[in-house]
Amino acid sequence: MDAQTIIAKRIARELRAGMLVNLGIGIPTLVANFVPEGVSVYFQSENGLIGTGPIPEDGMAHPTLTDAGGQPVSALPGAATFDSAMSFALIRGGHLDMTVLGGLQVDVEGRLANWMIPGKMVPGMGGAMDLVTGAKRVIVAMQHTAKGKPKIVKACTLPLTSVRCVDLVVTEMAVIGFPGGRATLLETAPGVSVGQVIEATEAPLLKAQNITEMTL
Amino acid sequence: MKTISLESATAMIPDGASLMIGGFMGVGTPERVIDELVRQHKRQLAVIANDTAVPGRGIGKLVTAGLLDKVIASHIGLNPDTQQQMLAGKIAVDLVPQGTLIERIRAGGSGLGGILTPTGVGTVVEDGKRKIELNGTSYLLETALRADFALVHAFLADYAGNLSYALTARNFNPVIALAADTVIVTADHIVPVGVIAPDHVATPAAVVDYLVANR
Repeated sequence: MDAQTIIAKRIARELRAGMLVNLGIGIPTLVANFVPEGVSVYFQSENGLIGTGPIPEDGMAHPTLTDAGGQPVSALPGAATFDSAMSFALIRGGHLDMTVLGGLQVDVEGRLANWMIPGKMVPGMGGAMDLVTGAKRVIVAMQHTAKGKPKIVKACTLPLTSVRCVDLVVTEMAVIGFPGGRATLLETAPGVSVGQVIEATEAPLLKAQNITEMTL
Repeated sequence: MKTISLESATAMIPDGASLMIGGFMGVGTPERVIDELVRQHKRQLAVIANDTAVPGRGIGKLVTAGLLDKVIASHIGLNPDTQQQMLAGKIAVDLVPQGTLIERIRAGGSGLGGILTPTGVGTVVEDGKRKIELNGTSYLLETALRADFALVHAFLADYAGNLSYALTARNFNPVIALAADTVIVTADHIVPVGVIAPDHVATPAAVVDYLVANR
């Protein structure tokens, strides 16, 4: 199983029936492929859609039914569309149960940086700051390291997305939570040892009393 | 509300004007007005919009033609031309969180001076802004935004100027329609009064100044 699939499958296990969920671009989008059987959730696209469905078949795309990246999507039965003010009222107003976003860095206190690399990549924050500030639960989906360098760090060197502590970081190596506001190792991926996770992590990790193996 | 030709509607917009433009990655953008702005070579424009789309589409065409001096948007990452002109100092880009941007526009169209939002507290977004504590939560004071023109695209416009929108092409359109001095609308279909049921009117005709005639 490749890293992205491990991450997406593990995060999909956090979905509960009836949740309103926003998935970011990249690995988070893959979570939709692994929704547990019997669990029905509402996926929101922040450009104004609840009930986002899979990419339509060839020739079935509609030019005004798109996701937040401008790509064609479908709408599931019961879908709703609305303007951007409503969309962000849902996000900031405590109506969004879960957001899954990519990450560049997460610090020891669970603060996320994911929207720019000064001098290199300045795309703009889009909806990320509102999502991290407003969602009931924030899950970061990212590879554990980038070119061998840890992404879970003592202090973020990149500009923060929000000062809010995220709830969960899921990588291809581990699940890390932040009980009491401190990075804590909760689960390891199959075949990965606690020592390997600590080795690949810059932030000092607390260890949960009972570190379990990720169920995928 | 007056109906107007595409050429005359665009000719009303002077060089240096501020424009709010509907659309999200080009979906719901009044593409014909954009093309006409490029053809009439309107320059030094300031654009307030969610994003600058991609080269060759929507606002991306204005960027590539070098017609913009200033952009206020939440995301420019999918348009390398915008990034390039920003780094070269040709376009001043103000990046605003998407939820803050739409609320600042909503405030501008609603007679409000601004809004208080927790988004951006403790990040670079708070630089130079007033922070206000209310009931134990920190908020940023974000000021209202208005523009000289709103360029709106609707799915249906009736002869009176009532508008309804389609699917995700709604996005910023009904919000900007309240926040500019002059509102110019294009629509996929112009239909008789009554075709849009009163309950389905998202933007009432009373706020529309010009409806661009279809060909």
